[in-house]
Amino acid sequence: MDWTRILANVVGEFFSPLTAAYAIAAIGLNIHFGLTGLLNMGQAGFMLIGAYGFAITTLAGGSALAGILVGLVAAVVFSLILGMPTLRLRGDYLAIVTIAAAEIVRLIARSTSMTWLTGGNAGIAGDGFKNAFHETCPFPSGNTTVLWWTYPNCYSNSWWLRIVAWVLVGLFCLLVWRLMRSPWGRVLKGIREDEDAVRSLGKNVYSYKMQALVLGGVLGAIAGIIYVLPQAVQADSMGRPTTFFVWTLLLLGGAATVFGPVLGSVLLWAVLMLIRSVMRDVIPMSVLSSEQIEAFSFITVGVTLMLLVIFRPQGILGDKKELAINVR
Amino acid sequence: MHGAAVRGVRPGQARAALVVLLLSLVLTMLVAPFAGATTGEQCSPDASTACIQGRIRTAAGDPAVGVKLSVEGQGFTGEAITDDDGRWSVAVTEDGDYAVTLDVATLPAGESLRNPGDNPRTVTAKLGTAAATLFPLGSGGGSAPSPTPGDPASPTDPGTAAPGGDAEAGVDSSARPGSITFPRVAQQFTSGIIFGLLLALASVGLSLIYGTTGLSSFSHGEQVTLGALAAYIFAQMLHLPLLVAGILAVLVGAASGWVQDAGLWKPLRKRGMGPVQLMIITIGLSMALQYTYQFFLGGGRLRISIATPTSVNLGGVIITHQSLLSTAIALLALGGVAYFLKGTWTGRATRAVSDNPALAAASGINVERIIRLVWVMGAGLAALGGVLIGLYFNVTSWNMGGTILLLMFAAVTLGGLGTAFGALAGSIVIGLVSEMSSLVIPSDLRYAGALLILILVLLVRPQGILGRAERIG
Repeated sequence: MDWTRILANVVGEFFSPLTAAYAIAAIGLNIHFGLTGLLNMGQAGFMLIGAYGFAITTLAGGSALAGILVGLVAAVVFSLILGMPTLRLRGDYLAIVTIAAAEIVRLIARSTSMTWLTGGNAGIAGDGFKNAFHETCPFPSGNTTVLWWTYPNCYSNSWWLRIVAWVLVGLFCLLVWRLMRSPWGRVLKGIREDEDAVRSLGKNVYSYKMQALVLGGVLGAIAGIIYVLPQAVQADSMGRPTTFFVWTLLLLGGAATVFGPVLGSVLLWAVLMLIRSVMRDVIPMSVLSSEQIEAFSFITVGVTLMLLVIFRPQGILGDKKELAINVR
Repeated sequence: MHGAAVRGVRPGQARAALVVLLLSLVLTMLVAPFAGATTGEQCSPDASTACIQGRIRTAAGDPAVGVKLSVEGQGFTGEAITDDDGRWSVAVTEDGDYAVTLDVATLPAGESLRNPGDNPRTVTAKLGTAAATLFPLGSGGGSAPSPTPGDPASPTDPGTAAPGGDAEAGVDSSARPGSITFPRVAQQFTSGIIFGLLLALASVGLSLIYGTTGLSSFSHGEQVTLGALAAYIFAQMLHLPLLVAGILAVLVGAASGWVQDAGLWKPLRKRGMGPVQLMIITIGLSMALQYTYQFFLGGGRLRISIATPTSVNLGGVIITHQSLLSTAIALLALGGVAYFLKGTWTGRATRAVSDNPALAAASGINVERIIRLVWVMGAGLAALGGVLIGLYFNVTSWNMGGTILLLMFAAVTLGGLGTAFGALAGSIVIGLVSEMSSLVIPSDLRYAGALLILILVLLVRPQGILGRAERIG
C-alpha cells in the first residue's frame, strides 16, 4: 500500500474546494439551525439555485460577478418564498417544506422540458460556464506543485479556486463570530431557546427568522457555486444526500459554534477519502466494486449521523448546555 | 462486512444500529457475490472501466423500458435493463470483444428487432471509452447502424454519461404532455387512483407512527424499498412463486418494524429524546439503509416479476391484470386497517394513544405495546406497498422508497399529520395530482407538482384536510 499517496490524498481533502463548499453550506445551515433553530432540510436546494444562477448567467455572457449576483438574488427570492408560508408554523413543517422545495428545484432543473435552460438531466458541462471565473485569475496559466499536490493555477480544480474558497470560508467564520456576539445574534439565539419569551420582549420573531433564513440561504448559494466550479452543474449531484451530508458535518463539528462547520467538513471528507483510498488499495475489485466502496462510505455517513445525534448531539466543539437540539 | 465496519465506528453502541440493519443484511448476504454485476446506469468510462451502452427506442420513438440485455466476454458476464429513458449500460474492466444479447422476450408488447440477425452481436470495448450499441426496433427493412466502438457516447444520446444515481423510479412512456382527450383523462385518472391507493399503504403507516410517537420518519421510504427488494430476492433469486414472495416480503417488512422499535426507537424514547432528534436519526438511518441496499444489490433496476403483463380494456381504460389485482389487495389491506382502527378494541386504543398518550396510559392502555404494534403494522403495510408499487411500475431499485418518500409526506401532511384516514385521503389526492398533472405538464415534473401541492396546503390549511387546528404550533 502506497501510504504517501494515500496521505497526500487525505491531506489534499483538507483544503479541497469541495471541503470548502461543504463548509460554507454548513456555515449557512449553522445560521439556520445552530443560531436560530430553523430545521432547514433543503440546503442542497439553495446550492442548486446558486449553481444554476451562476452557470446560466455566465453562459449567457455575464461576468463572474454578475453570475454570483444572480445566484444570490435567486437564493434570496427562494428563501422568501419558502419562509413566508412556513416560518409561522411548527419546526418540523419547515423541515418538510424545505426538503420538498429542494426536490422541486432539482426535479425542475433535471426535467427534459428545461433542457434549453438547465441542460436537463445532463446538466451544464464545465467548459462553458467556468471561463468567467477563470478570467478573474491573477496567475499565469499552467500547473503548480506544492509538496505532493499538483493542481492547475487557474483552470477548474485550481489553486485559484482553493484560495478564493478558503478566503470565503474565513470571512464567513468571521461573520458568524461577529453575528453571534451582536444584539441581532442574541435575538436569534433567544428565538432558538424560547420563541415566546423573545416575542414578549417586543421582537418581531417572524422577521428575525426570515432574515436568518435568507442569510443562511445566501451562503448555501455561494457554496453551490464553489461546489460546481471544479466540475459540472448536474441537478442530481445536489440532491437530498447533499443536504444530509451538510447536516452530518455540521453536527459532527458542532452546531452553534464558529468553527464547527469547518472542522466537520474537513474531518468528514478527509475520513471518507481515507476509507475509500484504503479500501480501494486493500480490497480487490472482484470482492468490492468501486460503486460498493462508494456506497459503503455513504453508509458510514448515515451511521455517523445517527450515532452523533444519539450520543453527542453537541458535536466535537459544541457546548451541550447551549444546544439541546429540541427546537420546537 | 458492513457489521464489522459499524462496530469500528462505535464499539459498545453500534448494537442498536446493527440490529436495525440485521434483517436486510441477512437477506442480502445471499446475493452479495452477485452485486456489482448490474451496475445499471452508473457506468462512466475511466482508466479502468469501459462502458457498453445504448438506448433502445420503440418503433414510434418512445423509450423502451425494462428491456433486458446481457454482455459476455473476456471472462465477464453482466446484465442491464433499460431505464425510463430506454438507456442501458454495462461496465467492463478489460479491453476486447464482448457479445451483447438482447432478451427479445422483454421487449415492450408489439415491438420486435428490426434486424433479428444482429442479435447477439459483438462489440469491441476499449478502456476509458463508451461503446454505443444500438438495437433498432420496428419491422424489418432499414439497415442496422453498426456499433461504433470508441465513440465517447452514441451520437443520438449525448446525455448518456450523466450520472443517474438519483433517477426516478416512475415509468412513463411519454415525456411531454399531449392533447387532453377524454380517453387520456380517464386513463390518467385510473392510474392516479391506483397509484394513490398503493401510496396510501405506505402513508398510513407513516401517519400512524407519527400519530402515536410524534416521529416524522424519514426512513419510512426505506421500509417501502425493503418490501420491494425482499420480494425481488424471493421471487427472482430464490425463484419462489410471486404470491409467496410477496407474503414473505410483507412478513420481512413487519419483522423489521418490530426489530426497529425494539432495538432502536424504544430505547431512544426511554432516553427521553425529542421528536427533532429522532427525526434527524431517521435521516441517518435512511441514508445507511438506502446505501446498504445499493451495496448489496447494486444501483441498477430490478424487476420483481419478469412476466410480460397482460392488459384488459375497461371501457377505454387499459389496465394490466397485475394492477387490478394490486388494487384489490390494496383495498383489502386498507379496509382491514380501517376496520382495525374503528371496530376493534386495540384499534380504538391506538387512536386513543394517538390523541393523547398520557391520558391513554392513565386509562389503562399499554402505550408501549400499542406503539410496537403500530411499528409492526406500519412497516408491514409499507412493505406491502413496496411490493405492489414495484409490480405496478414493473421496476424497483435501491432508492425507490426515497423517491416516493416526499409524496408520502405530502399525502400525510395533506390529510392532516397523524390521522390515518387523512393519510388515505391525502394519498389519493397526491396520486391523482401526480398522474393527472402529466396531462398538462411534462411527466418528469409530475412529482414536483405533487410537492407543490404540499407547500400550498401548508400555506392555506396547515392542519390538512382532516386534521385539527390544535396540531399546528
